[in-house]
Formats: sequence, C-alpha cells, structure tokens
Amino acid sequence: MLRYTVRRLLQLVIVVGVLSLLLFAWLRSLPGGPVSALLGERATAASRARLTQELGLDQPIFVQYWKFLTRAASGDFGVSTGVQPGDTASEIFLQRFPATLELSFLAIVIAIAVGIPLGYLAARRRGGWLDNLSIVGSLVGVAVPVFFLAFVLKQVLAVDLGWFPTAGRQEGGLDATRVTGFFVLDGVLTQEWDAAWDAIRHLILPAIALSSIPFSVIFRITRAAVLDVLDEDFIRTAESKGLTTPVIRRRHVLRNAMLPVVTTIGLQTGALLAGAVLTEKVFAFPGIGQALALGFERRDYPVLLLLILCAAGVFVLINMLVDLSYALIDPRIRTAGGAR
Amino acid sequence: MALLEVRDLRVVFQRKGEVPFTAVDGVDFDVEPGQTVGLVGESGCGKSVTAMSIMGLLPKRGNKVTGSAKFEDTELLTLSDRQMRDRRGRDLAMVFQDPLSSLNPVIPIGLQVTEVLERHRDMSRRKAMVEAADLLDRVGIPDPRRRLDEYPHQLSGGMRQRALIAIALACQPRLLIADEPTTALDVTIQAQILALLAELVRDSGTALIMITHDLGVVAGLCDEVNVLYGGRVVERGGRHDLFQVPRHPYTYGLLQSIPRLDAPKGERLSPIRGSVQDNIPWTSGCAFAPRCPNATDTCVEVTPEMVPDGAGSVRGERLLRCHNPVAQEVPA
Repeated sequence: MLRYTVRRLLQLVIVVGVLSLLLFAWLRSLPGGPVSALLGERATAASRARLTQELGLDQPIFVQYWKFLTRAASGDFGVSTGVQPGDTASEIFLQRFPATLELSFLAIVIAIAVGIPLGYLAARRRGGWLDNLSIVGSLVGVAVPVFFLAFVLKQVLAVDLGWFPTAGRQEGGLDATRVTGFFVLDGVLTQEWDAAWDAIRHLILPAIALSSIPFSVIFRITRAAVLDVLDEDFIRTAESKGLTTPVIRRRHVLRNAMLPVVTTIGLQTGALLAGAVLTEKVFAFPGIGQALALGFERRDYPVLLLLILCAAGVFVLINMLVDLSYALIDPRIRTAGGAR
Repeated sequence: MALLEVRDLRVVFQRKGEVPFTAVDGVDFDVEPGQTVGLVGESGCGKSVTAMSIMGLLPKRGNKVTGSAKFEDTELLTLSDRQMRDRRGRDLAMVFQDPLSSLNPVIPIGLQVTEVLERHRDMSRRKAMVEAADLLDRVGIPDPRRRLDEYPHQLSGGMRQRALIAIALACQPRLLIADEPTTALDVTIQAQILALLAELVRDSGTALIMITHDLGVVAGLCDEVNVLYGGRVVERGGRHDLFQVPRHPYTYGLLQSIPRLDAPKGERLSPIRGSVQDNIPWTSGCAFAPRCPNATDTCVEVTPEMVPDGAGSVRGERLLRCHNPVAQEVPA
C-alpha cells in the first residue's frame, strides 16, 4: 500500500511537470499576449519592446521555461500582469483557491448526498414514479448548461425572492477574521457564527448550480450499479439465508454497488473545476474560475499557469485517493496489490 | 408424514407485455425426513424454478405461484415475506450452482457464515465466529480460523462450495435444496462435494433435494428420483428401479445419451431428438410427444395422467405419466 502510494505521488509530480511544459508553450502560442493586453493596440513599438523585455518575453522560450522552473522551485511563480497586476501569482492563488475548493466541496457533497440515496431508491423501485421522475430530472441536470441553471437560480431565489445573496463570498460589513481562507471554516474556528452562516448562504446557490452535472451522473451510475448488484447470485444467497432486508441492503447491495460510483465521483471533480469557471462568473464569486476567465482575457501567464497546474494537481490527487479507496472497498484489488 | 409435500405446484411468469410462460406446470412430489430426493431433467424443465418457489425466492412481481408446498404442515406458499424470511436459512436452506458468484466478493467468508447464525440462532458475533470455524472445519476446509478472514476469491472453487454448504447447514435445517451444486466444478472436485453432501445429510438427518441434469449424480446419491419434463414430473421411482427399468421414453433417452466407455468403438451416441423448445403445453397431449420415438396419435390428443406403474415397480412404488412406456430394459 505504501509503495503504491509513493508510486502514485511520483506519477502526480510527473503529470504536473509535463503539463507545466505543455501549458507554458501553449499559453505563449496564443495570439496576442500580455504586452498587447496591457498597452492596447496603439502603443508605440518602443514601449512594447520595453515591456516585452521587462517581462522577460524577449528571451527564447526554453530560457523562459528554465527561469520559471528555477523560481517555482523556491516558491516564486511570478507577478500577475492582468488579474490583479502587482500581486504575485501565489497571493492570488492563496486568495482564490480556497474559495473554489469550498464551493466545489459543497457541490460534490450535495451531489453525493442526493445522488446516491436517490439512485438507490430508484433502482429498488425500478419503473415506479420515483424512478421515472428522477431519470428525467437527471437528464435535465446533465442537459441544462451550468451557467443557465446558475442564472435561473440567481434570478428567482436571490433577486426575485431575496432568500439568498446574489454575489460574492461574504457581506462586506461583517468584518470577519481570516485564518485559512476557507470562509466557512474561518467562521467556525474563530467562532464568528454569523460570518460562517453568511459564507454558507453565499455558497448555496452556486453550489447547487455546480452540483447539477455531478449529481446527475452519480445518480445514474448508482442506479445502474444497484440494479446490476440486485441481479447478482450472492444477493440470492443472502436472501436464501433469510437475512432481513436492511442487512441485505447495507451489507450486500450498497457495498458492491459503490465501486463504480466512487470512480465516477473522482472523474466528476474534473467537471466540477470546469463548471466552476461558469458558475463563479454568474455569481461574481471570487474563486479561481473568475481569475482564470480574467487571466485568459488579459493573457496573465503567471496566474494562468499556477492556477491551471494546481487544478490539474487536485484532479490527479483526488483520482489517486479514489484508486486508493478501491482497495478499502474491494478486497480483490487489495490482494492483487499486496502480492507484488 | 412427509417433511415436504408439493402438490400441483405451478409457476407462471407474467412479464409486462409478454405472453405468460408456464415454467412449472403442476409438479407433485414428497420428501420424507432425512430422505434424498432427486429432481432430474434438462435445462428449462422447471427444476430450479420449482426449488426457488419452494424457498420463496422468486420475485413477487411477474411470477404467479399456485398450488401447495407444505413443510411440516405449514403452507409455505401463503406465508408472508417476513415469516418466510424467518424460516429460510433456519428450517430450509439452499446451495446454488456457481460458488464464486454465490458468495459476496467484498465480505470475508467468516461474516458470510456468521450472519446466518446471528440472524437465526441469536448468537453474538464473537460466539458465531467460533461456531463458523467449527462449521468450516466440518465441511473439510483446512485451517478454518485463517479462512474466516479471507475473501471468496482467495479460495478454490471446491472450497467455496464447501463454504456455501457450511453456510446452508449452519442452522441445522431439516431440508436442504442443492441446485446443481457440482456443475461449475472440476470433475474430481465434483465427486468430493457429492461425497461431502451425502455424508453431511446422513449424519445430520437433513432431507436433501438434489436438483441436477446429471444422472450420475442421481445414481450415487438419491433415494428417490423425480424426472421432470416440461414443468411436470413424468416418472418417479427409487433409483435402482429407475435406472434398471426406465419406463418413460424420456428417462430412457436420458440414460441412452450417457457416453459409455464399454460401448463398441465407433458407435454413435444416441441423443434425444429435438430440444426442450419443442415443448407443447400439457393442456392437450403429452409435452414430450414431439420428441418421443414411441408417440402415437393418442399421445398428441390425450394428456397422460400420473399413474402407478406395475411393470416398473420392482423394489418400491413407481409412478409414470406415459401412454406408451418403454418395454425393454437398458442393455447392461
């Protein structure tokens, strides 16, 4: 198990390393660039040349990449040119990444908490009204674009009904203490309950919008997996032992159905980060999604590079945790790994 | 008095939008306490469905079960789900065909044995574990304590079936139904499992219903044999009578289609013509008539009744459902 974990961590480093090279080259091959973005189209050739030199963009690309690598090794990822000019990329990361993590975490929790029980119930009552209704619901969940759902939620529940705040992470007047950058956690740690509650209220609508696709996928996979397991011979054996229905469900059905579901949850974290860009835009939520959108507009190389690499790292890390959790769920994988 | 009395058992599959299909069409048979009874027939003759309906394991939806299955004077077919659950695993138990898929792959063997003890014998997990090790030992699993913590994929096919037998016999049921328990196993293991089953039911006095398509299994194990065709019993008798003097053309055909080592070289096997799909319902005529070498017009028009058969009753009572039974003996 330990060797496996170490090997996977090495893989993580390699993936992020290769990705950094590709991203680096790709960002610089985009039309335009930070110079045009900063100075506009009418800038003189002299001022353009000066800024290009200042940003180090006049050097060959592999020299630039080498500089990036050596600085990154000491924690310096460069200075933002467009998103928050003057701030370092690391500062922007530390401000924004917790916001997106908080949002994504709540979204996936909603998706799991609703998707798995509903998928299970739908499978138990295959062909019933609950089954049909939730199939249609999950179809809608996948089909409706995230930004549209976000917009409708915001318009109806926040603007028209006023039940939720319309934008941001926190009301300005609260003056909450910052500890970790996770606002809900900060509120709990400092026991500023009003701040924690306010942060949760800001999270709910974007999290619901963001959870729509993961929820639908998790629901469908759970339903299919439970249906598969219900047909298995060992369920018949469990029935032939006269076990009570709750025991059969808990011990025999759910556990076996969880393997594909866990895989899906891992893969959905990727969709979550993609969806976050759109959701954050609608709710003016200051996370990495918003920063990415702005970063691309203004060709902010250092910020884009750091944020995308971190997002990729999180994705790989979560899928690594998923792979490790297989071993907890399925003993067949455990022995296969242990034999080596 | 019989331990199990099955009378006119019928199972009809009624799926939405499909023509109802009669899988079991009026099966009668008895099982005496401690007796081993064979249900024999080819795939699709209704033997497994018969067993599943006695155990109450057929889904309520889409299946209509009628007739009677009395277990010690309790009508099983009308019991509530809860009452049936209380009996399953305690009074009557079942062993299935494929031991690998019949065990839960993600749960240790130990728990799969103890859960039935906890359910029916009010044992604590700790006590049940001791009992489970003892049970595994009794079915011939070496090093049972270590096996308790292992998972099904770590056991061999024969060991898995032994574990399933241990599970089935954990609460000392009075009736065990074994549905093709050796079909998925290697031939050498088959013999071991059959010997184990025979020994266990003899020692514990458990009655056994052996479901199989393999006449060799029947010959080695069963006191009494019921031959099923098209969802009905067509012939019944003690195993010696049945093998020495097969009276129903179907039974005769089954015996003829067994390959023999002492047959002259080059002699062809004589299979039964056609397949079970050629089945006609028992409502008009004999279901076996289309495949039967002895069939006459009567066979197609008049449904034969199950009647005592004098010619076949050598050592015990013999019942037969046939207008034109086989007269000759099987060549030795």
